[in-house]
Amino acid sequence: MSDLLRRYGWPITLFMIGTAAIWLVVMVVLPALVMVEYSFHPNLPVTKRGGPEDYYTIANYAALFRGVDLATWTFPNDFKVFVRTIWGASLVTLVSLVVCYPIAWHVAKVAPPRRAALMILLLIIPFWINEILRTFAWYIILAYQGPLNAVLLGVGILEKPVRWLSGSGGVIIGMTYAFLLFMMFPLINAIETLDTNQVEAARDLGAPTWQIHRRIVIPHAKPGIAVGCIMVFVLAASSYIVPALLGSPGTRWFTETIYVWFFEGQDWPRGSAYAFILLTLCVGFIMLVMRVFRVGLADIAK
Amino acid sequence: MSRDVKLDRVTMRFGDFTAVDDVSLDIRAGEFFSFLGPSGCGKTTILRMISGFMEPSAGRILIGGENMAGIGPNRRPTALIFQNLALFPMMTVADNIAFGLEMRGVDRSVRRKRAMELLELIALPDSADKRIEQLSGGQKQRVAIARALAVEPQVMLLDEPLSALDLKLRQHMRTELRAIQRRTGLTFIYITHDQGEALTMSDRVGVMSRGRIDQVGLSHAIYDEPATPFVATFVGENNVFAGRLAAVSGGVGTVETPTGPLRARVAGDLAPGASVLLFVRPERMRLGAGADGPNTVTRPVSHVDFEGNFVNVALEPIVEGGRPMLVQLSNDGRIPAFDRGAAVAVSFDPAHARILAAGEMAKE
Repeated sequence: MSDLLRRYGWPITLFMIGTAAIWLVVMVVLPALVMVEYSFHPNLPVTKRGGPEDYYTIANYAALFRGVDLATWTFPNDFKVFVRTIWGASLVTLVSLVVCYPIAWHVAKVAPPRRAALMILLLIIPFWINEILRTFAWYIILAYQGPLNAVLLGVGILEKPVRWLSGSGGVIIGMTYAFLLFMMFPLINAIETLDTNQVEAARDLGAPTWQIHRRIVIPHAKPGIAVGCIMVFVLAASSYIVPALLGSPGTRWFTETIYVWFFEGQDWPRGSAYAFILLTLCVGFIMLVMRVFRVGLADIAK
Repeated sequence: MSRDVKLDRVTMRFGDFTAVDDVSLDIRAGEFFSFLGPSGCGKTTILRMISGFMEPSAGRILIGGENMAGIGPNRRPTALIFQNLALFPMMTVADNIAFGLEMRGVDRSVRRKRAMELLELIALPDSADKRIEQLSGGQKQRVAIARALAVEPQVMLLDEPLSALDLKLRQHMRTELRAIQRRTGLTFIYITHDQGEALTMSDRVGVMSRGRIDQVGLSHAIYDEPATPFVATFVGENNVFAGRLAAVSGGVGTVETPTGPLRARVAGDLAPGASVLLFVRPERMRLGAGADGPNTVTRPVSHVDFEGNFVNVALEPIVEGGRPMLVQLSNDGRIPAFDRGAAVAVSFDPAHARILAAGEMAKE
């Protein structure tokens, strides 16, 4: 702040900080506060708002957990969807990490510069296409009579076609693809900063390839892995399009539940409360990842 | 236990570029051998081929008589110390040192014990649980050596590991490296562009230029009896007089130079009429005309540098645009005052100068 002041003087500093602040307050903080306010009220017709039936309550938050009975192991539908979303987003994160790590390693350290540049380009180009179109493409690929089944049947790996889209498989595949770059680039950036001599030193001291990754590369790339996991988890947990297109009735995502409460149930307070539960989940995940990987905000900002 | 290293007609090409060109060399077991040369001469490539990070395009590398072709760096009896040391910053000092043992599946308690012994050896017994960034440059250096020694290599390979240190520390580490080499009795192969390092530490030095080894020999032989114009000018300072060999008798030749006939010892078989270079070290020049007549050159002084223990006097080049002639005088309290531009006569003993066939010299 004092640095900015010294460099630009009062008017420009005020302008820069002011515009950023207005953006944050008007576009992010205020709408969020309005939603928070909604979430603590009962769902009332417009005429009764502010009247005697209007009061502050946490019923909308409690609603998610109402009917959970661990003794009989019964769970209400919304709660099931919530848990499935956590599990699904975690799985997408893990699959993304497993898929991206070898590619990121190759691009960052193995490939000669020209090939690395080409690979990055090939990774980026599909993302110039609209997310809905890309997801539809997967819908076609994974269809019962689609090309994936046709190829697997033709090669002889499958004996009869698989319903890829009936379980969670389609959603997991679709999301892994949709958020690939958010895992890929933090990983590439992190691995690139590793001094190649360290890899060679480890090899010279007798380390086999898997030990080099376990002891040298992964510890170094930890901040990148953390950023990638956070990005992919948050995006997956709050994704709407992919589960809507590639999911089946049995694999509803929590975002879809929120949508239903807002626009089909016409219950904005309940929808707001659920949305905040999802937000809390994401913040909780971010803090968990930072704890597990022992990285601070400063490491992540790098 | 140490082993010898044999390079047998080793060549390394990168596309059209030949980095190492048909090099054959025997490095003895337990020897401190240095490759000395300017950057790009191929010395690092040789080291990487011995360590196993590169396979030669042609030729064989034998360690202890065993052909190393197809054997990876993790399975060779060598340990490499990198120019930037490449210590692992996310591990403690002890874990760094024990890394090689960990990779060999050695028990944790045994690893720890061995790491402590090595820390004792490098005089850092209290640093076991420190982080790498808490160490000074010289301490890091010693940890890197300990890490390499921990895997009990038979050949130690060192890639200019002292280049990042300041002068004082560098000189101290030279002595220390040499002491560790003597104590362990290992074969040390050292890469450097610093002639001081090479000459002070090594049993033998190999001077490299453009992918070839120009000369292999003891430090003083490299300095006093250079085999090629490149070695003569790369190792230490040398005054050069170009000319044609007029006559040879009793190993002493006379060279017709632009400043008149000069006499010096002839290296190898040179017949009269050959185009030659005559080299004289600045410290072998003396003030005043020589007793034996012809080896005297008189030139105006261009500048004088007072260095304390000695004085460097630069005389104007003999040919336009040539190198200035350097005379190094020991500060014995009898050095006269020099006026810039005043002509000074200097001379040298033919026994202290050397005639070589004309060839490529090192860049200034």
